[in-house]
Amino acid sequence: MQRDRAMDICRKLETSVAGAVPVLVGFLRDEIQKTGHRNAIFGLSGGIDSAVVAYLAVLALGKDHVYPLIMPYRESSQASVNDARQVLADLGLQERMIDITSQVDAYFSCQECATHLRRGNKMARERMSIIYDQSVVYQALPLGTSNKTELLLGYGTQFGDLASALNPVGDLFKTQVRAIAGQLSVPESIRRKAPSADLWQDQTDEDELGFSYEDADAILHLLVDERLTEDEVVGQGFQGELVDQVMRRIRQNQYKRRMPVIAKVSSRTIGIDFRYPRDWGM
Amino acid sequence: MKSIRVALGQVQPVLGDVYANADKHMAFIDRAVEQGADVVVFPELGLTGYLLRDLTYQVARRIDDRDIGKLIGASQRIDVLFSFVEESAAHRFYTCSVYASGGRVIHVHRKIYLPTYGLFEEGRHFSRGESLNSFAVAEYRAGIAICEDVWHPSVPYLLSVAGMDVLYVPAAGPGRALGGDPHSGSQLFWERLIRTYAQLFTCYVVFVNRVGFEDGVFFFGHSAIAGPDGEMVGKVASHDERLEIFSLDLANIRKERYRTPLLRDEDVHFTQRTLARLVEGQ
Repeated sequence: MQRDRAMDICRKLETSVAGAVPVLVGFLRDEIQKTGHRNAIFGLSGGIDSAVVAYLAVLALGKDHVYPLIMPYRESSQASVNDARQVLADLGLQERMIDITSQVDAYFSCQECATHLRRGNKMARERMSIIYDQSVVYQALPLGTSNKTELLLGYGTQFGDLASALNPVGDLFKTQVRAIAGQLSVPESIRRKAPSADLWQDQTDEDELGFSYEDADAILHLLVDERLTEDEVVGQGFQGELVDQVMRRIRQNQYKRRMPVIAKVSSRTIGIDFRYPRDWGM
Repeated sequence: MKSIRVALGQVQPVLGDVYANADKHMAFIDRAVEQGADVVVFPELGLTGYLLRDLTYQVARRIDDRDIGKLIGASQRIDVLFSFVEESAAHRFYTCSVYASGGRVIHVHRKIYLPTYGLFEEGRHFSRGESLNSFAVAEYRAGIAICEDVWHPSVPYLLSVAGMDVLYVPAAGPGRALGGDPHSGSQLFWERLIRTYAQLFTCYVVFVNRVGFEDGVFFFGHSAIAGPDGEMVGKVASHDERLEIFSLDLANIRKERYRTPLLRDEDVHFTQRTLARLVEGQ
């Protein structure tokens, strides 16, 4: 029952983004150009999220203004690199590869017993520090590639892959990213494969999270978009333990979705009562 | 009765830059004059941008301010309906729309209903308008209701009682709730809303919505006009900047009010008595 209900909700989520591409393309063009920039930069992992961002960015800015970086580590899957290359070939983009092995290994050579988590986070932050550095070279704004499912579940590294100047896919659940990938004719191999952060060999997101993206998206949609209570979601046929786990993740990861908390001592405190839109500075 | 040629000035304001926006308004006014329009209508806060927050304090202008005076002066060539943050002598801040004609202000409407929920924060920064009336323009009577004002049926109702052949609705309507239809849900709501009011009050409804993005919020444009029979007269099928002119045949109002005499049969005294009793009872 849970599976059927989740699939029904996911189908609804997919059809709901039938008209989203022009909005996302307009968002990228408008929010980049008003900053005085014409170019975008981001990490191209070979996964579906960054592939969708690449297609959207080319539509918004033209291929001469889009700079995806492929940044493998020595243990990264060759298949991911191949998928990233396929995106570049399909969009007529030049390959720019920066291997992060030496800098990551140099750091961990003096760190004993680093866990998978620490290593994964470090790699994500190395990649983002490279993107921000290269953004100066290409005079480009860094684009985020984290989708709404990841942002809500906190499935990402703070100041690593979660960092960006603009994120065109942050309000799309994974299911919706897949639907948009279909609309944009992202290569089949990328759309079909199991999502993976490629943090270690044969890792998949769903194994690591402990639930499927379909279940997660359906529950997140009901809890967040539809504002249902946990009991009401369970009433729709979802396992209580899973709903509880999803809700806990949303709450526990709220800090990743906010700017750092500042101690208020003055009469005007940034983020509290000094309230300007980002676009003020443009 | 004759026809009026209404130019829909679907602009993309620069957030917080009154000068740039005033220049753009003047350019649109020039084009509307060239194309033989009788009136050009601009969206809510077209002179300032919408998501102002603390910028409200900086962009506010008195109605006798020189920047505002330029636009009023331009109404010697064509009637102009424009919108900005108005600061009163008592330093209250209002979202206002001005109808100017023949080089002078004919009518000022201060927005009454300030949405302060979800993504809206108007109640934090603005005072609420406290009066409502329609006004005479050449051969017809007009009313102005700004965006959220028309989500309260009392506003168009009261304007209709005051006498209203054309309802102008300047808006800063964000696109939300993307639907399966390749248009945003908001666009469908608005079309339904203006058609309903046009039919119920047997008048023209001129909806002018802004375009562009502010901090990721998408303003969907698709300005439109509905006629007194509830049918669409025309729409700007775009979420880009546009100036489009449509002709409103005022004879259709006469025809429709004879065919469907809803306004003749409206019992305002019954409404007044009942409303007084119900409000008293609360």
